[in-house]
Amino acid sequence: MPGTLWAIAEAGPDGHLTKLSAEVATLVRGLGAAAGRDVAGVVVGTPDAVAALAGELAAYLPRVVAVEAAAAATSPIAALAAQGALQAMGADPNASIFMGNFPDGRDTAGLLMAALGVGVISNAGGVTWNSGPVAEKGVFGGRLVTTSSFADGHGIVTVPLGSVPAEAAASAGVVETIVLVGAAPAVTVLERVSEAAGAVQIEEAKVIVSGGRGVGGPEGFAILDSLAEALGGAVGASRAAVDAGWIPYSRQVGQTGKIVKPEVYIALGISGAVQHKVGMQGAHTIVAVNTDPDAPIAEFADLFVIGNLFEVVPALVAELAARKA
Amino acid sequence: MKIVILAKPVPDATGQERLGPDLRLDRVAIPPVINGNDEYVLEAALRLRDAGAEVSITLLAMAGAFGPDALRKGLAMGADNAYLVSDAALAGSDARATVRVLAAALAKLEFDLVLAGVDSSDGGGGVVAAALASMSGLPYLSYATSIAPDGGRIRIKRFSATGYDVLEAPMPALVTGMQALGEPRYPTLRGIMGARSKTITTWTLADLGIDPASVGADAAASRVSTFSIPDARSAARVVKDPAPEAAKQIVDFLIERRAI
Ligand SMILES: Cc1cc2nc3c(=O)[nH]c(=O)nc-3n(C[C@H](O)[C@H](O)[C@H](O)COP(=O)(O)OP(=O)(O)OC[C@H]3O[C@@H](n4cnc5c(N)ncnc54)[C@H](O)[C@@H]3O)c2cc1C
Repeated sequence: MPGTLWAIAEAGPDGHLTKLSAEVATLVRGLGAAAGRDVAGVVVGTPDAVAALAGELAAYLPRVVAVEAAAAATSPIAALAAQGALQAMGADPNASIFMGNFPDGRDTAGLLMAALGVGVISNAGGVTWNSGPVAEKGVFGGRLVTTSSFADGHGIVTVPLGSVPAEAAASAGVVETIVLVGAAPAVTVLERVSEAAGAVQIEEAKVIVSGGRGVGGPEGFAILDSLAEALGGAVGASRAAVDAGWIPYSRQVGQTGKIVKPEVYIALGISGAVQHKVGMQGAHTIVAVNTDPDAPIAEFADLFVIGNLFEVVPALVAELAARKA
Repeated sequence: MKIVILAKPVPDATGQERLGPDLRLDRVAIPPVINGNDEYVLEAALRLRDAGAEVSITLLAMAGAFGPDALRKGLAMGADNAYLVSDAALAGSDARATVRVLAAALAKLEFDLVLAGVDSSDGGGGVVAAALASMSGLPYLSYATSIAPDGGRIRIKRFSATGYDVLEAPMPALVTGMQALGEPRYPTLRGIMGARSKTITTWTLADLGIDPASVGADAAASRVSTFSIPDARSAARVVKDPAPEAAKQIVDFLIERRAI
């Protein structure tokens, strides 16, 4: 029996389907068409929230299983998502399962790998079909691109942000609702604390204005805020700026931070270490401002401005305002 | 309290990594270090000890012949002993096989807490720890930015998109952590000297009762078929003008690229 291709979706902090989940669902629909396989989506959430989420997901897929899990209010979502996906999939030994390569998606992938005994191809930026999923991914900070496939034609694939543009299907799919069964989760959420409510998440931003050690302190980031605002973007940072405590960790771009893929990435006072590069080299356009003409970032920027960010950024804000007027 | 740290030896991220003829990472060519995220959880364990808790710290790794060099540094930082699963049949193992091996090794160890980095720098997909917790029947708490055991329970702050969640579970449990746990310490000279007399016990697959045919390259669920070098970005356009003129050029460039 040829397996179904499944997309596991998740909600963002605003309670709506994430952009990444919409992209994964679009990818799966395209693969299904190429492979002649059935496609379906799964989303797990509290009984009062999951119907709306499933409705959003059904814009992308012909069939969506909404899994009602009361425990989602009080325990981490990944374990419930894995359990819910197993229940929704039933016996589908040749299924391939796709999810976003964000923390909850990776946790879900690991839990499903253990439950199903199948392999995982992670962070697959380009997925096509050739008797099974074929995944292209960058390794060693993008210096090489490898092509991987599953030995037996099916498995779990985690997909990074921006691998395909999200695109709704011609008509919305049907939603089935099931109730999660199984033991109560061992892990409890005691509290959810929001530190950056309202701020644009860097993963979702089209423009990222990012600051490094050269920004000099939290006051410097205030200047970056005004540029981000002028461009309708979000503020990111290098690890040096995060370690210095100038900006929260959720803003860090790079190997141990977020992997981002905006239209525009503006790097201000960032040298361009390889651990930073891996997080932002997927940006369509990279602009760097640095006082040091030999900064490594010059090697992978599209526009390299040799200059002092404290002069260039205010001038840029003024120039943008002047052009708008 | 007994803590086991999953400490993966990885190539130092110097930018010199390469693939071997088998299209897998050539692990012999680059000096190994302990994976960065694993060092953060080791640091978190050492800080529990610094704060007065009675803590024993065991490192566990699956690696080739180069494993002991990397583990030695963790011992110098303050871990008490180490177990290294090393076997020629493991070469080319994927995440699925790694989980099988680590689960068998954990079953031989006593612990209250297993700590691991959220992912590994050498292309790790960040799925091993969750799978291992599941296979070993341990509560799984991930992306910790702080770790606080309290009696028989473990409480962590888990990094979230907008802040953090506070999670709690009974021990034994498996927790993954990362950079926000705090900068790892450098080994002191005394630590380095002391590490020489600490034991690194090596286990083979036979010691763990694992069939060699179930691990290694031939048992891998996925295969790398080709690799290529991506097109480099074309050379940057360089702007050296004073700020007001530079600002104009940036805006022009962004418009030209249809970026704004
Ligand atoms: C395991 C591990 C994981 C890591 N993960 C990450 C990660 O996820 N993300 C990350 O970013 N880093 C990461 N790093 C750290 C990385 O190696 C670099 O140390 C870090 O990226 C440097 O940050 P920076 O560019 O802001 O600082 P620096 O390298 O100090 O560069 C500052 C730059 O600012 C320029 N500058 C100074 N003043 C001005 C001015 N007035 N105007 C314009 N330019 C100015 C300087 O010329 C310099 O180029 C990691 C390191 C390790 C070991």
